Amino acid sequence: MLNFNAFLVGLLFGLGLIISGMTDPSKIIAFLDLAGAWDPSLAFVMGGAILVGAIAFSIAKKRQRSLLGAPMRLSSANELDKGLLIGSLVFGIGWGLSGFCPGPAVVSAAAGQPKALIFVASMLAGMALYSMIERRGK
Amino acid sequence: MNITFSDFTHETYIAGLSGGLLIGIAAGMFVLLNGRIAGISGILGGLLQADKGDKAWRVLFLLGLVIAPYVYQIASNLPSATIETGSTQLIIAGLLVGLGTSYASGCTSGHGVCGISRGSIRSIAATLTFMMGGFITVYLTRHLLGL
Repeated sequence: MLNFNAFLVGLLFGLGLIISGMTDPSKIIAFLDLAGAWDPSLAFVMGGAILVGAIAFSIAKKRQRSLLGAPMRLSSANELDKGLLIGSLVFGIGWGLSGFCPGPAVVSAAAGQPKALIFVASMLAGMALYSMIERRGK
Repeated sequence: MNITFSDFTHETYIAGLSGGLLIGIAAGMFVLLNGRIAGISGILGGLLQADKGDKAWRVLFLLGLVIAPYVYQIASNLPSATIETGSTQLIIAGLLVGLGTSYASGCTSGHGVCGISRGSIRSIAATLTFMMGGFITVYLTRHLLGL
């Protein structure tokens, strides 16, 4: 049941990304281009998602276990460390260079978009590089 | 700063809002039923870490994500996508996104949607930081360097 729900959530999430127009990198770049012809779409997408998400998370936060009995895995960390801030800045630079973030890139690559495939291959290499560096550090 | 708007119509914001609501429903279902965060970079990254045993749900989540464009096509044509970025720039961008989201433990979905939804200070800071990185990068590439 947990695995089936993971599949269903992935599907709904992907459909949401397509319906909202976020699989078009030029729309993301138009959102990030405050000095150009600004497209506020992304703000509506995040606003809509957070509106529903906030209700679900306020219920989830009060529970020890999920409705299906799985442990509630919510991080309790609240320090702003260097990894979080520098990592986010580096992510933002890559996002601005391409108009791709991980979710929409995976959906576009799956649809056979050649440039999205290049981006996803490189992104996976970046993630693999991170786990190699982390493992060496242990 | 004068902000000029693109050809942003009634339909585009309805599409953005309804797609966003669906993303929120998906993220809400995941935390309420599975007790997990629907963060794409974290789910992908976990598959690349050999010592993580919980692969099945990650694979199934990604399978759902990957078939989404094919399910969408049953009802309608996929929306057009414009990618003006060249391959070299895409490769650099991909590496930065892969490394950055790993160090930051999250991306637009994990921090931007789920983290902000639960009021996490870390996620709010992460989201403001990657947005700022994006704004500055697009300003530099589009308006100063003309890439």
